[in-house]
This record gives sequence, C-alpha cells and structure tokens, in this order.
Amino acid sequence: MEQISYILQQVVNGIQLGAVYALIALGYTMVYGVLRLINFAHGDVFMLGAFVAYFLISKFGLPVYLVFILTMVSCALVGYVIEKVAYKPLRDAPKISLLITAVGVSLFLEYFLSLKALFTPNYIPFPKPFEIETYDLSFFVITNVQLLIFIITFISLFILYLLIYKTRYGIAMRAVSYDKETASLMGVGIDGIISFTFIIGASLAGVGGILYGIAYPQINVFMGIMPGIKSFIAAVLGGIGIIHGAVVGGLIIGLCEVFVSAFLSSTFRDGVIFIILFAVLLFRPMGIFGKRIEKV
Amino acid sequence: MRFLKESKQFLVVAFIIYVILKALFVFGVASSYIQQIVQYAVIIALTSIGLNIIYGFTGQFSLGHAAFYGIGAYTSAYLTKVLGIDSLFSYIPVLMACSVISGLIGFLIGIPILKLKDDFLAIATLGFGTLVRVFFDNSDKISDVLGGSRGFVGIPKITNLELVLFFTLFIIVITRHMINSRFGLFWRCIKDDELAASSIGINTANMKLMAFTYGCMLAGFGGAFYANLYTFLHPSNFDILKSIDFLIIVIIGGMGNIVGTILASFIWVGFIEGLRIILPSEVLDIRWVVIPILLIFIMMWRPYGIMAKKTK
Amino acid sequence: MKVLEVINLEKSFGGVKAVDDVSFFIEQGETFGIIGPNGAGKTTLFNLISGIYTPDNGKIIFKGKDITGFMPYKLSHIGIARTFQNMRLFGSLTVLENILSAVLSKRPYNIFQAVFRTNGYTKGEKNAYNMARELIDFFGLNEKADYPANSLSYGEQRRLELARALATGPSLMLIDEPGAGMNPKEIGDLASMIKTIKDKFSVTIAIIEHQMNLIMNISDRIMAMDFGEVITTSTPQEVKKDKRVIEAYLGEELD
Repeated sequence: MEQISYILQQVVNGIQLGAVYALIALGYTMVYGVLRLINFAHGDVFMLGAFVAYFLISKFGLPVYLVFILTMVSCALVGYVIEKVAYKPLRDAPKISLLITAVGVSLFLEYFLSLKALFTPNYIPFPKPFEIETYDLSFFVITNVQLLIFIITFISLFILYLLIYKTRYGIAMRAVSYDKETASLMGVGIDGIISFTFIIGASLAGVGGILYGIAYPQINVFMGIMPGIKSFIAAVLGGIGIIHGAVVGGLIIGLCEVFVSAFLSSTFRDGVIFIILFAVLLFRPMGIFGKRIEKV
Repeated sequence: MRFLKESKQFLVVAFIIYVILKALFVFGVASSYIQQIVQYAVIIALTSIGLNIIYGFTGQFSLGHAAFYGIGAYTSAYLTKVLGIDSLFSYIPVLMACSVISGLIGFLIGIPILKLKDDFLAIATLGFGTLVRVFFDNSDKISDVLGGSRGFVGIPKITNLELVLFFTLFIIVITRHMINSRFGLFWRCIKDDELAASSIGINTANMKLMAFTYGCMLAGFGGAFYANLYTFLHPSNFDILKSIDFLIIVIIGGMGNIVGTILASFIWVGFIEGLRIILPSEVLDIRWVVIPILLIFIMMWRPYGIMAKKTK
Repeated sequence: MKVLEVINLEKSFGGVKAVDDVSFFIEQGETFGIIGPNGAGKTTLFNLISGIYTPDNGKIIFKGKDITGFMPYKLSHIGIARTFQNMRLFGSLTVLENILSAVLSKRPYNIFQAVFRTNGYTKGEKNAYNMARELIDFFGLNEKADYPANSLSYGEQRRLELARALATGPSLMLIDEPGAGMNPKEIGDLASMIKTIKDKFSVTIAIIEHQMNLIMNISDRIMAMDFGEVITTSTPQEVKKDKRVIEAYLGEELD
C-alpha cells in the first residue's frame, strides 16, 4: 500500500517536471519544423523567463498573473530578436553554421547574464510568489504549486491549440513545416511565419521558466542548459516537428527522470535520459508519432 | 628521411620555436606558470587537430570531443597512479593505451551514431559527452582512486615540454601524411557531398568512422598529457563547454587547416589563461561575452573559419 | 552478352509507385536510351541500379551476378558509374582532386603505406595522378585542373562529372540528363563526346535524356517510360512512331 502511494507520488512529481519540459519542447519542435534548426538558445530563453519573473517579483512585487504576462512578452521579444539578428542572416548558410550560431547565442545569453554587474554565476533563491500549501489526497499529496503548474500548462496548451489550428498564422506555420517551398509559392510569407513561431515558442519557454522557478526555487544563469537539452530529447522522442509529440515526449522524459531519481540514484538521471535519446535515434529516429520518410 | 620530407619546413620552424622557448625557460624569463601554459597550449593543439579531422575535414559535427579527451585523461591518471609510473620510458605505453581506449570507444560509439547528420549528430555526441560526464561524476563507486565528483588527485607529474612537443610533432607528421593521401581526399569528398562520394566508390561509412576514431585517438593522447601535467582532474574539466572550446579553436583556425588549428590553440590558451595574469577578474568575465559574439560574426562572414584555406 | 538485366523492379514512395514492375536488359557495348515525361520514374530507376535506393521487389543482375541491394560504393567497384541530374561534384575540391578521388577509390594502397610513405604509396599516387591527367586532357580541362570545381562553367562541370565517372573505370555508365540546359551546338558536341567515350573507354552506356535529337542520335535502343512503367523498348525509329509514346508526351513536343 505504502509502495503504491509512493509510486503515485512520483507520478505526480514526474508530471510536474514533465509539464515544464513539454512547454520547452514545444518551442524546439515548432522551430525545428519551420527552420530545421535545433535552436540551442531556446533553453536560455527558458532561463531568461525564470530571471525576468525573479526580477518582477522580488523588485516590484507584482501579482502572479502580471508576472506571467510580462515574462511572456519579454521572452517573446527576446525570441523575436534572436531570430532576426542571429539566424535570419544565415538562412541560406550551411546548416552547421546556423547550429554554431545557435550555440553562440546560447553562450552569449548565459555569460552576459552571469556578469557580476548583473546576476553573477551563483545560484539565486527564487522568491515565493505565494505560500505553499499541501493537500493530502490520502494516496498522495499535491501542492498548490503542482496544481498551478498543471493548470497553467493546460491553459497554455489549449491556447496553443487554438493558435495553431484555428488561426491563419497557425495554419500557415504548419504549411511551412510541411513543405517550405510549396508554402512560399502559395503566398505564405515565410519571414512572418518564422517570427511567429519564435514568438510563440519563446513565450511558452518563458512560462516554463516561471513555473520551474516556483517549483524548484533555485535559479542560475546556466539552469537552461540541461532542461533545454532534455526538452529537445523530449521533442525527438515524440517526433520532431509534431506538436502533440512534444507534449507526450516531455511528460515521458519528466516521469523517467523522477523515477530514476526515486528508485535508482539522482546521479544517473541524466544518463538515463541520454540512453533514451540513443535508443530513439537508433531504433526509431522519427520518434513515437513520426512517420518514416525516405529521401535523397 | 622520406618520412620527414613533406613536413621539413614545418619541422624546422617548430624546432626554432622550441629552442627559443627552451631558452626562455632555462634563463628563467618565463615563470613556471607560463611554462605550464605553453605545454597546455600544445596539448590543446593536439586535441583540436583531432576535432579538425572529424569536423573540419570530414564535416561531422561533434559536440562530444571533450569526452574523449576526458577518457584519455582518466585512463592515464589511473594507470600512472596505480602502476606508479614515473619514467618517460614507461610512460609511452601508457600514452598508447590512452589513445587506444579513446579511439576504441570512439569507434564503438561511432558505428551507430555516425549514420546521423548535422544537428542530430550534434545532439547524439553531446549526449555521449553528458553520459561520460555522469560516469566521471560517479566513478568513485567503481574505484575510489577515480575520485568521482571530488576529482582525481595525486596524479604523477610526467608531462614536460620536450615530451609533449616532440610527440605532438610526430603526430602532426603522421596526420599530414594521412591528409595528403587518398584518405584525406576522401574525407573532404564526404564533407562536400556524401552521396556523390559513395557513388564514385568511397566506402563513406568506413571513412567517416576512420576519421572519427583517429580524431578520438588524438584526444586520448591530449587528455593523457593533460592529466600528467596538472596532476588533478575534475569531471567539470570535460563537460559541454570544454567541447565548445575545441570547436571554437577549429573554427578560428579554419576547417581543414592544421597549422591554423595550432596557431588558434595558442591564441585561445593565451586569451583564456594568459590574460588571467594581466587583467583583473571583472574584465576577464567579459571574455565569454565577447567570444560568442565573435563566433556569430565569424559564421556570418567566414563560415569555414578565420584561417580557412582560400580556394584559388 | 547482357551487361545489365533488370527484372520486375518495383519501388514505392508513400504509396505511389515510382517504378512499377520494370524489366529490361542492356547489351554489352550498346547505348541504351531512357525517355519519358517528368515523374516517369527514370531517375528513380537509376537510383535503384546505382544502389542509392533499395528496391521493394525485383532483381538487378550485372554481368550475371545478382547485385540487388548492394551499397553504391560497391557497385562503383564492380564497374557501375553514374552522373547526376543536378551534378554532384565536390565543389570545394579542385578539378584534379575530383578526378583523383575517383581513381584512388580503387584502393591502390593502405593506411600504413600512406602514413609511412612507402614505395607502394608513391607508386599508387603516381599512377593515379597520370590517369587523372589523361582524363583531364581528354575532356579539355587542362587549364582548369587546379581550380575548385564550383568555379567552373556549367558545360565544364558537366564534362568534369563525366570524367569523374570514367575515372572509376566503369564497364557500365549511367548518365542522367547530360544535355539539360545546353544549346543545340553544345548538344551536338555532347553527342559526339558520348560516342567517343564509348569507343575509347569501351563502356556500355545507359542514358536518360529529354533532348530528343540527342537521344535519338546516339541510342541503339530506347526504352520509354510513363508513370513508373515501361511503355515500349525498341529502336529509336520505332519508338518515335509509337502511339503510346506520343500520347505520354502529349503536350510536349517530340522533335
């Protein structure tokens, strides 16, 4: 009995972590869809989200809903600027140049914010926006932070669904992911769609950053690296370019990580995630929901 | 001496540089810190040449090079400490073992992952690098000597200027012979167009694996020298950021340019380590803000590296 | 003697049959033309024969040996060379290096000979160099030998690709649309060049081409394809008259 409730507790914790990964993974998967680029800086936009929220709460004491809105707007802006300044000039360059540029953007964001005049490379405690309460549901306990994460993630996914499937921009974005050339021949403005994708992806990463800060209240300028990579793995696991794949992938990765920590050792959790990556790349490179395509 | 013929000029220049360095060391102009940095720069050059073979020549984007460097370092640290090696003579077999182990692991991991291209290869190599890092962090669970996340201490100091320099020169001669033979030519073919390369009879999978294995072997040598130079290892010395260091050196030195890689290694080590003595730490922090910006600019204007060979 | 025999070859992409039950053979020493409208499956057929795709069904026999599913490099070693519709040269390599790479892929020396610069290495390199020079000379690329391939003019690149394919020492050459983007004068030169290649290097040629005057001029037999299927295989004169061929090309001019 105790064993079952322990497992259930880990499931709740795993979904909590997985929800954050899902929010980040969506940005990776959408950007990969339109640009065929692993946006290495995406994990840093997530980090930036946590820092903006930290700043808004600790310096201005803004209410939670305003923190969310302002953080999303700032991250969207950063995502937009990154694409325009760093990636757009390299649209026709060799793929690896674009990849190195993405690594460059990522390093820049990390080291710029780690300057002593700004946030330093040290861990900073994330302020509590509200008192944490725990509800005992007899089989497992759930906190109001976890509830917030579930609810916010759910709302974000719902809005994303509406944006992608019900708006002109979203439909055009999916057309570009499917076939860039044909879409542009059909009169879709590629530049606008790419910007749109970065804005949406970055806002979701920003939401992820706030939630992560609230749930794991220690933030650091390098905190985006590992969650970023793991979320990308989540996107690959679900099938890169596939929206619901990113969500499922994120949840699986989150659950795996929590279960490995709970039943094996937390030092092995990163290792296990990468073993999953190798397994996917070797045995099912198109991911869970992807279809095999053959091309030359 | 047919073996040395092709690299005559290069070796003469290298020897002159060695004499100058040795004079500076002997007459006490260079502090022991500087002496250490010079040796470190040679080690970085040796390891970066390995990455240049993998990425610069063959076009396989690896973000896991530091892992192979680390495998060489830990192997050498373990062997020299446990076997109590202190003479140069008995060190050579250890060096060989380090290179073979790094190369073998590169070979085994290369068989499945080198099928992947560009960004997926990047993520896979990065993943391998992280796995190795996790292994180092937990290494004390296998043997307490390895130190795990506390770091590996008390490694014998064996590396010296002559050893690292002349060994590296020997490797460079061999590397140049490979590059100037059909193997180097095939690597460049694969980088330009893998499908066309296979259609003219090049076994692309084998050639890619060969380049990758050889590059990892050089990283194994470099790591071994590093361990026996600094006598202390920590898992964080071999993480993603270290792999990015090697990548930046290859990009500055120019893809497919060995001399460029050597120069870039010295510039890089000078920039990162050398400035530490001159500049205050507040200014030093800005280096890592400037480097990524430079990297982005290089990608926009010279995507094949600053010192990339210009085609006629 | 049949150099190549293709039996009931099939290949589909996402449910669409690109090559559908195709059978034919090529006699030693002949020039075998393949025509058909865009999307008829001609290039897919070449990709199957040269090992870039593996067929879903069917067999490919080369000189009496079943080569179905062989890797491209292996097919090159046993004597099948090809050129590509959109030319795939090694752009950053020089003209000489492009050809040398093809000559040297025949493994004239091993890695130890290369590292220690033995006589085997020197001999292998020298022979390869001489052979490459001969080819460069034959294709009139002497002045451009040390220029990177991507700096060449369109016509020169086409010639370089032919030279590189010949450098592998093939007995069968698959040539994919060599005349694309050429003017009538260049087409005439190309026709005589292909004839000379065939005699001088004694290769069998399979050629895909849209330029009707070129393919009718040089081919001994022609196979016409449409929607992945073979419509007819016959002499150029017969094919020209064939109703089904004319229908397939309806709207496109058959001159």
